[in-house]
Amino acid sequence: MIDFTFTEEQEMFRKAAREFAETRVAPKVPEMEETGKASKEVVKAMVEAEMTALTIPEEYGGLGLGYTARLIAVEEVSKVSVATGMMLQVFALGIEPILQFGSEEQKKRFLPALAKGERLAGTAVTEATGGSDPTGIRSTYKKDGDDYILNGRKCFITNSHIGDTITILARDEEDPKAFSTFIMEKGMEGFKATHEENKVGMRGCNTGELAYENCRVPQENLLGAEGKGIRVALGAIGEVGRGGMVGCALGLQAACLEASVKFANERILYGKPISRLQTIQNKLADMKIDLEAGFLLGYRAAAMQDKGERCSNEFAAAKYFTTEAAQRAAKMAVDIHGGYGCMEECAVSRYLRDSFVLGPSAGTSDIMKVIVARWALS
Amino acid sequence: MLKIVVCVKAVPDPKEAQKIKIDPVTKTLMRCDVPLVLNLMDKNAMEAALQLKEQLDAHITVLSMGPPPAGNIVKECLALGADRGCLLTDQAFGGADAYATAYTLAKGIEQIGEYDVVLCGMASSDGSTEWVGPQIATFLKIPVVTRVKELVEYGGQWWKVKAGMENGYRLVQVKLPTVLTVSRELNTPRTLSFSGIIKARKKEIAEWGINQLGLLEETVGQKGSPTIVSNLDSIASRRTVEIISGTREEKAEQLVKKLADAGVI
Repeated sequence: MIDFTFTEEQEMFRKAAREFAETRVAPKVPEMEETGKASKEVVKAMVEAEMTALTIPEEYGGLGLGYTARLIAVEEVSKVSVATGMMLQVFALGIEPILQFGSEEQKKRFLPALAKGERLAGTAVTEATGGSDPTGIRSTYKKDGDDYILNGRKCFITNSHIGDTITILARDEEDPKAFSTFIMEKGMEGFKATHEENKVGMRGCNTGELAYENCRVPQENLLGAEGKGIRVALGAIGEVGRGGMVGCALGLQAACLEASVKFANERILYGKPISRLQTIQNKLADMKIDLEAGFLLGYRAAAMQDKGERCSNEFAAAKYFTTEAAQRAAKMAVDIHGGYGCMEECAVSRYLRDSFVLGPSAGTSDIMKVIVARWALS
Repeated sequence: MLKIVVCVKAVPDPKEAQKIKIDPVTKTLMRCDVPLVLNLMDKNAMEAALQLKEQLDAHITVLSMGPPPAGNIVKECLALGADRGCLLTDQAFGGADAYATAYTLAKGIEQIGEYDVVLCGMASSDGSTEWVGPQIATFLKIPVVTRVKELVEYGGQWWKVKAGMENGYRLVQVKLPTVLTVSRELNTPRTLSFSGIIKARKKEIAEWGINQLGLLEETVGQKGSPTIVSNLDSIASRRTVEIISGTREEKAEQLVKKLADAGVI
């Protein structure tokens, strides 16, 4: 018999995350929408709420709560602000390569500060010439004594400007088939965040470019074995990155449904609430079915992850389904709200803009289908 | 060490209030479909206890009466920082009014043993009688101050508190042990923390029934409740729109009259 219930403790985590989002994040949403920048207060609040410590084991100063609890947190925060959910999910994405591939020395060196939020994490793979196909990247490294010299640029990187500890992927200048990952730290000479993007949605989440020019990176910042960097980067993105996007999408779906139910019960047309009209009910039913299905896909994959099982295929399916469903839900929510849905002050207009950013993040829907097809054919 | 007991109640989630129905026969609330949450003002009581613990050498026991699912709100208080939890749960406690609830809670407090301050929310969001706190004090034969909105002096044997009134406040000096019922003005309750939830794993909740408290069935629950609910009705509120016409002065005059008739001004 499959047990689909959350534990009492997991329900309490959900409550904690919800209270955090409603009290600390919600008041800052208008400001983030206006400025298009990450709110320092929200980041500080996330740190105070120990959101940066969720997946880090207790021996390194974290909470060791695992991936189901992390999915719960991302989902609840995203119900209030997908942008903040995205920031949160990328903190864990940046931490994961160190957890999975870091040496004991690297774990002791980086994880405690990341758990406390003294440093914020990110992962950078995408470049103008490659993201979904990481072998297309042009960033290079070359050995120089005990150090490596890195050159290149990354684009569309979440937490680019607020991150302090960012794992990046680069290719060997002398062997184009060899890729390695390095832990870059804010303040390294030649390493800087440059252009900051102005996105259509998730405006309160920092996205931008990173540049490194003749940046000297010490040997002890090489993450994993030299030449095996693709495995390091994609291992984190495949499970933690996509899992985080599932949390963002589920939160957005739930927010769309909640706003739509509320509006449909309040809006009177033909002398009765529009929720009594079958055409509206049809939309609400579609949103609810999508949410329930996405929930099962996402939490099943997270449960596998907590057991230490491989789950990148399951997360690819969940990521595809939930992010597509979130776009459908946002469109239907705007439709249900009629003219109100087109107004900036109406939350569903933000949901629609946010929904379009979910698709490309951590792999487009088309790439997810490539992965799922490969899984089906294997 | 200051011994604090915080009485908390699991109430139907006010956000889901529309789901609460009235049993047409028993006139009791049918709330089985509504999730239970920690009563809002009990959060203020809990926050007051936690702030006292941060400033003084204090021990917090959380006490609640209710069905086993009410254990979740006790657990929540442990996650917030309480040291010990007690849940009074027994089928015999079911259907208790404010009087029987206060009696059972008072017996629970006696079972806990030593106490200096009993903190309660001023009222619950479902019953909203404001009776339970004062009745606990009566059963325990100790003083009570209701509607406390500020702790002015505390730490010694005599505490000074500000207690709200309709048009101001009373400054009350009270000797411990005492019951204080608190209002929402007292503080801003903290939210749950992940590490608090983890720490609560090691804290146990004692469950006491009628036998552990040594009570007679006729003194608790519905049998021990003198209140008789003669009727309960659901009130449907509907918005209506009325367009007032006339000159600007006429419209203002009519608006003022209508607001006065409705008792708004």
